[in-house]
Amino acid sequence: MIRVEGLTKRYARTVAVDNISFQVEKGQIVGFLGPNGAGKTTTMRVLTCFLPPTAGTANVAGFDVLENPIEVKRRIGYLPETPPLYPEMEVIEYLRFVGQLKGISSGDIGKRVDDVVERCAVGDVRTRLIGKLSKGYRQRVGLAQAIIHNPDVLILDEPTSGLDPKQIIEIRELLKSLAGEHTIILSTHILSEVEQSCEQVIIISQGKLVAIDSVANLTNRLRGSEAVALEVEAAGGSPNPTEVQQRLEQVSGVSRVMMKDSKNGRLTFEVESLQGRHIRADLARMVVTSGWNLSELRAVGLSLEDIFLQLTATEKKAEESKEPAAKQDEGAKK
Amino acid sequence: MKNVLLICFKEFKSYFVSPIAYAVMALFGLIFGFGFYTATRDMVQLGFRAQMMGQSQPMSVNEQVIRPLLGFAGTIALFLIPMITMRLVAEEKRNGTIELLLTSPLKDIEIILGKWCGAMLLYLCVLGMSVLNIAMLFMWGKPDLKPVLVAYLGLILQGGCLLAIGTFVSTTTKNQIVAGGVTFFVSLLLWLLSWFTAFDTTAFASVINYLSIVTHMENFSKGVIDSKDVVFYLSMIFFSLFLTSRSMESLRWRA
Repeated sequence: MIRVEGLTKRYARTVAVDNISFQVEKGQIVGFLGPNGAGKTTTMRVLTCFLPPTAGTANVAGFDVLENPIEVKRRIGYLPETPPLYPEMEVIEYLRFVGQLKGISSGDIGKRVDDVVERCAVGDVRTRLIGKLSKGYRQRVGLAQAIIHNPDVLILDEPTSGLDPKQIIEIRELLKSLAGEHTIILSTHILSEVEQSCEQVIIISQGKLVAIDSVANLTNRLRGSEAVALEVEAAGGSPNPTEVQQRLEQVSGVSRVMMKDSKNGRLTFEVESLQGRHIRADLARMVVTSGWNLSELRAVGLSLEDIFLQLTATEKKAEESKEPAAKQDEGAKK
Repeated sequence: MKNVLLICFKEFKSYFVSPIAYAVMALFGLIFGFGFYTATRDMVQLGFRAQMMGQSQPMSVNEQVIRPLLGFAGTIALFLIPMITMRLVAEEKRNGTIELLLTSPLKDIEIILGKWCGAMLLYLCVLGMSVLNIAMLFMWGKPDLKPVLVAYLGLILQGGCLLAIGTFVSTTTKNQIVAGGVTFFVSLLLWLLSWFTAFDTTAFASVINYLSIVTHMENFSKGVIDSKDVVFYLSMIFFSLFLTSRSMESLRWRA
């Protein structure tokens, strides 16, 4: 449904999106995740034909955003970060206007408006001026505006920002009910959001694609398997790290062993188990029978937050190593 | 076409939801009414004086009241048009609603034409205020209708021209005050250009004179439709709307 290849968007001085490629299948809900300023909004703006890409192609429902923008726009519903509302209009009047803009014929418009008013629960305020509405209602009118023409693709930029918990749940339910016939991309920096409503996650940081995976895969690491932090010391002097690592890997049910730290003769490891296996007891037994001291053993929660932070942090390190070079360049120019 | 009308009526309506329409129409009505009062009073007094002295002077409502009045209406419009156009695009940019328009299946030109037509409708309403006064002349006098209609045509063309310039300026900024101010000074400059050539007959001077928006109004207020003037106004409108569409497109590249 959506195919993005080598998408790059450069502003005058900064590269907002750097060579991103991904695909979204029909009917999926995809979470677009990244810290502030990662390039989420820019990518969405390219998909909605608001901004042209500097390089690369974006294809929505079989139409290229540069070659066939009108056709793409017909098939997209877009809720920007600040809902595009006219404060001097009434809710119903506004929805009628947007519906007509999106090309709904005047015969169908009444029915469509009633439909989205009900779906987005804005019936209580249908004749109120938009300028007088609370943030939550504005957000919902914004969402109503995005789905009024029953688009194939819905692009939502932080749809739940500014809503109270009850409203967030309602919006989530609404999104789930829309999935299937609609393809939905929603951006957010709230991770639980993604866990709850998305099937697939695209993580970007500083304009670069960091990971694409299904939420199931990412959360499997969190739910099904466990991660254990383990500190080992030897009675006389430091144990041999490679030997400890090998032994740990031989314990049944272990999928991965990472050496974290070695300080004052203490070695710290992080061990991940295969799905559904409990390995703590076996690990402890192995360490003790090998003649080492087990000074610490604790379960480490591996949440989506951790995965996210890990992924985006490695990006940052790579960036930092580049920066001094850039600074030197600037110095030379001066 | 449907989209143009849609945006046009939306713009027109939002003028009347905000105080702008009422303010512009009231101000115009007040100033034009004042001009109307003084012009008719002078004419009537002149008539009495001529009668008392026993001299018969050629008197014409068209020449002595309507023509200077409608010329004056063009000058008032010069001051009011920035108030009409300043919000057109600048407000959408500030509100973020421009994102809605630019991501809806519309062509840029439809958005621009719609906005310009909406502003034009309000301008027609403003001119409508002057019809109230002029109609009085027709009730109690017998002015010639045709030159009046021609003068209105001239006012409409001149207004359309300034509105197009205002629309263009409004696309270049987020700030309504800046949009209004710049439009006002550009219109003022186009008006002042005619001063430049008062005692000058060189080719350069006549080019400058040609560019002045007011010089082209003169024929219309005399009741003469000169194709030269019509072409000038139409090409100014076209050129300004063309600049607007370029500017709208650059929004996408710069945003």
